[in-house]
Order: sequence, then structure tokens, then C-alpha cells
Amino acid sequence: MRLKVGQTLRSRTDQTAVIVVRAAAEEVEVTCGGWPMVGTPDAAADRQPPADRATEGTQLGKRYVDASGAIELLCIKPGSGTLAVNDAPLTVQAPRALPSSD
Amino acid sequence: MNIALVLDMAADGYGDRRLVGRQADGLTAGELQALSYGGASAVTAAGAAAVLYLDANGPAFPAALFAAARAGVPLVPLNYRLGSEQLRGLIARTPDAIAIADPRFHPLLREVGVPALTGQQWLAESSSVTAAPVATPEDPGVAVIIYTSGTTSEPKGVLLRHHHLCSYVLGTVEFGSASAKDAALVSVPPYHVAGVANVITNIYAGRRIVPLEQFGDREWLELVRAESITHALVVPTMLARIISRSEDIAVPSLRSLAYGGAAVPPGVIERALGAWPDVAFVGAYGLTETSSTISILGPAEHRAALASSDPAVRARLASAGLPVPQVEIEIRDDAGAVLPDGATGRIWVRGDQVSGEYAGRRAQLDARGFFDTRDEGYLDVGGYLFIRGRSDDTIIRGGENIAPAEIEDVLLQHAHIADAAVVGVPDAVWGQRLEAVVVARTGHVVSPEDVREFVRARLRHSKTPERVAVWTELPRTDTGKLIRRLVTSELLRSTGRLPS
Repeated sequence: MRLKVGQTLRSRTDQTAVIVVRAAAEEVEVTCGGWPMVGTPDAAADRQPPADRATEGTQLGKRYVDASGAIELLCIKPGSGTLAVNDAPLTVQAPRALPSSD
Repeated sequence: MNIALVLDMAADGYGDRRLVGRQADGLTAGELQALSYGGASAVTAAGAAAVLYLDANGPAFPAALFAAARAGVPLVPLNYRLGSEQLRGLIARTPDAIAIADPRFHPLLREVGVPALTGQQWLAESSSVTAAPVATPEDPGVAVIIYTSGTTSEPKGVLLRHHHLCSYVLGTVEFGSASAKDAALVSVPPYHVAGVANVITNIYAGRRIVPLEQFGDREWLELVRAESITHALVVPTMLARIISRSEDIAVPSLRSLAYGGAAVPPGVIERALGAWPDVAFVGAYGLTETSSTISILGPAEHRAALASSDPAVRARLASAGLPVPQVEIEIRDDAGAVLPDGATGRIWVRGDQVSGEYAGRRAQLDARGFFDTRDEGYLDVGGYLFIRGRSDDTIIRGGENIAPAEIEDVLLQHAHIADAAVVGVPDAVWGQRLEAVVVARTGHVVSPEDVREFVRARLRHSKTPERVAVWTELPRTDTGKLIRRLVTSELLRSTGRLPS
């Protein structure tokens, strides 16, 4: 699918939900637990067992990025699956070091 | 993305943490979330198209902000210091609203047909709703409407959409990055963009917010000590008042102090850095139209500037710092050409958090997505942004553009001057001519002729004010912004040049 900033994606294998913070221009396949994530709220209707070795888990509030840095997903609901784009697992982005200005 | 998601994540991540109010009895993330659901049901049941907030800062403010977000209607915080005629006008621009308001505004609201509750009543109503929670819309559009302070013209309603505010918080704050002991003291009113932004960013960081309803320097110090405040946000005039106190101003718990919202009088930051050597200072520059902060002068940069013998580095203490990630800044001339480092021009800004949109008008962005801040400034070789004032304040004297800030900076170097404003008044020969108003330091007397001589010795003749008036104070907004149009009109009125 073509990602859109602000869009919510839900996992079909676990409770994971993410928000697209940064999107690539081209079509990509975002998966969690080895199954494509869905952009509609009814992910639970099509539950699937997670694929082997795709159970690293997701953490609330962490930002997940692909190797190129073009895609960033914010985890808004944690779960047990592994996030991946085009079969390449995403990694947790290091925390920002900006001081609080409010 | 809806800003209510920020609260939902906080409730999922640290639901039992107190996030609003005092250590002893503040609201937890979970309680605030429940109140936001209850409040949203109340908004929906009332069929309201907006929620007006006309009160000092308190727990009802974040509760109302998230309730409105969940109900999919904007929250409209209004300045409770405005006169009733102005308020009436702003309320009329928000049809079908309900209001959360200080009791003194209830008669006015009743008169114009707006149902009103006090903050207490709102919290009670929000916690008593038994209806099933409303489904939170993913992106209901406008989250907040904030009226500009109107220092140069009529107040404009700035539309901040959910995606602007979310972009701001996601771009500048790490989720859950605060410790459970962190507490942020908020001294800006709810109708200021920083008052809105700090609710969202602190809840996202997991930092307790402690509102100070009415700023006073003694009250501020007492609250910092009583609530073990670690982070605070002030406007420059507040900081100047706190550090000018003669008694002990020790704040052992304070780790970070952010300031912004208006120009800082010279010397204030140096004195504050000296008074609080262990505090991390954060200078923030932003506009309502940019969802708060777009550039930051960080703690290390403050200390480096203070310690430097290089005048260019030292000057950065008075800068607005570097742009935050995801925000780009350009300095342009009047024809729109991008200027090189060091050249002063109009500050333009681009980024997902930049709204530039006003009620009843299209977004004021150019073809490349940049917003004209109407502030004047320049970038130094290191990319540090320096603000030279509002372009609307520029005085044109005989074809020469003069920035009042340049002359005001000189006036403030005078040992006996505490505050100064330079404005242009209509002149038959020059178009505009320069006039200054100064406020003497306590215990000192200043003479207009001496002041003019002081400026003439440092700037050329065309930049020397033709008249200097001495007042006891200058008209400022409660967040410290100089209201120039009032300076001009009062100058004209006091000298009989304008019918009163």
C-alpha cells in the first residue's frame, strides 16, 4: 500500500497499532507478525497466527524506522509481533534529545 | 491523528501516574482519560459545535481540551482579560458553542445564549456521564482556535488542526521520556499557544503539569518549592520579576527553565544563568500560527555563549537558537528572494506543524508551503536565528526603513532606563517620524534631551527619536508583548494630536 502520514495501521496477529509518522512515496508492504497490517479498524475480524520468528514484540511510544529512514511508524498500541516493511524488520529509533520547551 | 491519542497512550503507558495538579490530589492519566470521555459525551449530547474556555488555567482545561478533541469539535480558549465588548465579538464568531467559564462571565454568556458551566461543574458533569463512550474520530480537523494577541491589528482566530499539534508533539517530544517525579509549572494562560502545547507535550512525555492560575513572582517561587517543580515555562517579563527579587530565589528542584513568547530585555538571561547555575535554560521561539516552538536555544548553548570570549558566540545568548527538526527557516527580502547568512529580512517557515491558517480565510502559505511570520530577523553563520521585531512595526521615515528594535536596544543600554518603545507617528514632511517612550528605573529621573543625546551618540541622526516621553509603564499584554498601537495612540492623545 501507499502510506499516508497520520494514517493508523493495525496488526492482524496481535494488538499492535501504529501511526505513520513518515511515509515513502512508493508502494510498500507493512507487516506485523508476518501478515500485512490493515488501515481499517476491523483488523480483529481477520485474525491470523503470527509467522515464525516474527514475534519480537512492539513497545508503546517507540518509533520504528526502516533502514533507509524513509519510513517511520509510531507504536500507539503494543503487541507481540515484529514490524517489517517489505520483509525487512524495522528497528527502534533512538530517542530524541531535544530539551522541553513548553 | 487525533490529539486525544496522546492521552490514550499516556493512559495505556502510565495510567496511574498523576499528570495534572498537585502531588497530593492531582488527576492521573487514567482519570483524565475518563473525564475526556465523559466530557465528550456531554459535548455531543449538547449538540455543541465548539467548546469555549474562559477561565484561568486549572484541571478543567486539559479535561476540556481532550473532551472537545474526542467529540470532534474545536476548543476555543478566550482571553479572560478582554473587555466584554471584545469578548462578545469573539463569542459571536463561535456559533453553537458551550462554555466553561469563570462565574463572572456567566451573565454575559447567558445573554448571548451560550450555555455555561464553571470548571468545577464541568469536571463534575464529565465524571457523572454514564452514556457509552463516544468513538474518537481519527482526524476531526480543527483542534483549537487561538486568537492572536492583536498587538498590531484586530485579533485573528488561528486554526490549529489535530495534525499540526500532533506533528509538533511527535517532532519534538519522546513518548514517556519524563520520570514519575518530573513536574512542569505552567504560568502561561490557556489562551496562549504555549498553554495549549504544554498540556499535550507534557502528557505525552509523562510529566505532571502544575498550573499557576495567576502569576506572581512570590507565588511562583513558593509553588516551585512546594511541588518540587523540575520544569517551568515563563515569559521573559515573569523571569525578570523572579530574578529581581531581593530575597532568596533558590529553586533546588528546578532542572529546566524554558522561556519565550516575547523579546527578552537585555541582561535578564545573564542574570538568571548566574543566579541558577545548575538549571538548564531553554529559549523557545514560535508563533501561534506555527503550533508553538519552531526554534530552540538549548541549555549547552546558553552556557557556551555565556562563557565565550568570541563576540559572535556570545551574541547567541540573545538569539532564538536553531530550528527544531522538521522545520525549515528561510530569510527573504521583500521581493521574495532568499537572503544569505547575516542579512536581515522576513522570516519564513515551513513544516508539518505550521498552520498559517485563520478562521474564515485560506491557509496563508506560499506555493512552496512556507508561512510568512511577519517577523524580521537573520541567521548567523552557524544557523542561529536572531529576531529583530515585527515587520509591521517597521517605521518608514522619508523612505528609510527603521526597525524600532534597533533603537530600543540602544535605549535599554542607558543606565537609568528600565523599559523603552519606539514608534512611528504621522508626519507631514517625513511620512512618519520617530518618537520614543521610556520608563525610568526606580529611583532615577531621565531627561528627554539626555536620552536623545544618548541615542545620537550611538546611532545616526535619522534614527534619533524627535520626541521622548517618560511614562511610568508601557502597555504590554499579560505575556509581556508590547502593544505598540496603544503606545502610538496614547502618545498622540496625550499631546492633543488626536481626538480622544
